[in-house]
Amino acid sequence: MEAKEIYGRLEQRFPGKVAGLKDDVLDPFLMVEPQAIVEACRFLRDEPELKFEILSDLTVVDFPKEEKLQVVYHLYSYTFRHPIVLKVDLPREEPRISTLEGVWKAANWFEREAFDLFGVVFEGHGDLRRILLPEDWIGHPLRKDYVEQEEYDGISTERAPLVEKLLR
Amino acid sequence: MDETLHTEGEGFHTEDMTISMGPQHPSTHGVLRFVVKTDGEVMREAIPDVGYLHRSIEKIGEKVTWHGYVPYTDRADYLAAMFANQGFCMAAEKLAGIEVARRGEFCRVIACELNRIASHLIAVGTFGQDIGAITPFIHALRERETINDLMEEICGARLTYNYIRIGGVGYDITPGTCDRITQFLDHFEPIVDEYNRLLSYNKIFIERLAHVTPITREDAFQYNIVGPNLRACGLKWDIRRDIPYSVYPELEFNIPVGTGEKGTLGDCYDRYMVRMEEMQESCKILRQCLKTLPKGPAIAKVARKFKPPAGEVYIRIESARGDMGFYVVSDGSEYPYRVRIRTGSFTAMSIIDKISRGIMVADLVALIASLDVDAPEIDR
Repeated sequence: MEAKEIYGRLEQRFPGKVAGLKDDVLDPFLMVEPQAIVEACRFLRDEPELKFEILSDLTVVDFPKEEKLQVVYHLYSYTFRHPIVLKVDLPREEPRISTLEGVWKAANWFEREAFDLFGVVFEGHGDLRRILLPEDWIGHPLRKDYVEQEEYDGISTERAPLVEKLLR
Repeated sequence: MDETLHTEGEGFHTEDMTISMGPQHPSTHGVLRFVVKTDGEVMREAIPDVGYLHRSIEKIGEKVTWHGYVPYTDRADYLAAMFANQGFCMAAEKLAGIEVARRGEFCRVIACELNRIASHLIAVGTFGQDIGAITPFIHALRERETINDLMEEICGARLTYNYIRIGGVGYDITPGTCDRITQFLDHFEPIVDEYNRLLSYNKIFIERLAHVTPITREDAFQYNIVGPNLRACGLKWDIRRDIPYSVYPELEFNIPVGTGEKGTLGDCYDRYMVRMEEMQESCKILRQCLKTLPKGPAIAKVARKFKPPAGEVYIRIESARGDMGFYVVSDGSEYPYRVRIRTGSFTAMSIIDKISRGIMVADLVALIASLDVDAPEIDR
């Protein structure tokens, strides 16, 4: 099914909650309101003509200029072989969104990673801990304004000058 | 929890024991750690603890140029580096609308399939080793060594290749190399049968794996299990065929799926067998590619100062460990705005907590090996 039809279905079911469709890009995507994401995803998974069985990817992109963090969901249907991309904009200061753990279990680890590296808080998540970084790490490194700590556990994070030069 | 277990015998009681397995443990395939709660030999819970190999490859992507990032993708999964190369290059090409040189596409497929065989050899070899059969591991590594030599001949590196570039491949494959790949295939194809006699149909091996930790199709969807592990559940799904890319639509190959021939559908044995059969399919693909390798340049003309227009793309390719996704955002500058690498091992690792409850500790080792999880790919 084309992105346009999927958008039509969602708009019909959740009027006003799906803010828009952009299909003149490489991968068409839908903007979804944060409070509607769980319901929308459950609908996309269970509707017999859509059947998005898997959450292929969940990630975040940071846009400091627009003061927002964008959560990006990539869904895919094995039955109908159609993909769709959902996007949710969250404020940078206090990014909070409901967890998708109840819809796809794969969201559990994806959300832990998003929390770890971007600081997005997933409400209702059963086990929201850091996953890749140590528990006592400060900050969320994939944010654009992240400043590295000078040392961690007494170990300096400063690099040798040559490496510094090769970096931007 | 079963209370009777704890009060068995007068005056005796057993307690759950919490053991840390890893990060330096020979059978956890790199630096993985599990916090294992056991009641004797029976496992209550195995909580995976990952992150020991996190090298912030995604953050590095925002700091180096598009061309400069290709060598870093090698490190995302150093047992199957070619696929990460290809994924990132395909994303960059799609963003910039570059058409890949046709000979380059064939070179890519040859390199990738060789790499797939090498990666699967490690997977089945260490599988045998993990459950006590040392000999097959040595045999598998011996064949992998030949592939490493071939790779060295193709691109100068044995592990982290940096071979696939935006627009094509770095070096053309010479006729001499083609001959040596054919020689290798002539040698390798009968060897797969030898492995089957040595390991696959070994009674002890089968008894050890059949019925162990089957994954149902529903669980596979819920946890987004991909690649050989998904096919072992009986779903005929391969991105090379179902979301075609490169020149795979022109090539003929079968997609092996799990059948539950020795036990339950989707058990450890099925996951092992799918990999064995996939190596044979890769051989078929390689022979076709070598036969139809077209003439022409191996790389398209691409600007040194590569600046794709603003936009974003999500590329999925069939890596040795399944669906590898590259979500790349460009803001039109010399540097990628965001690179996200979605890997098969990450989601495969997340299911271990669920399906490992109630099995024996020794079976956890078989489970990890059968999922073919790979620490660098989980942590990136």
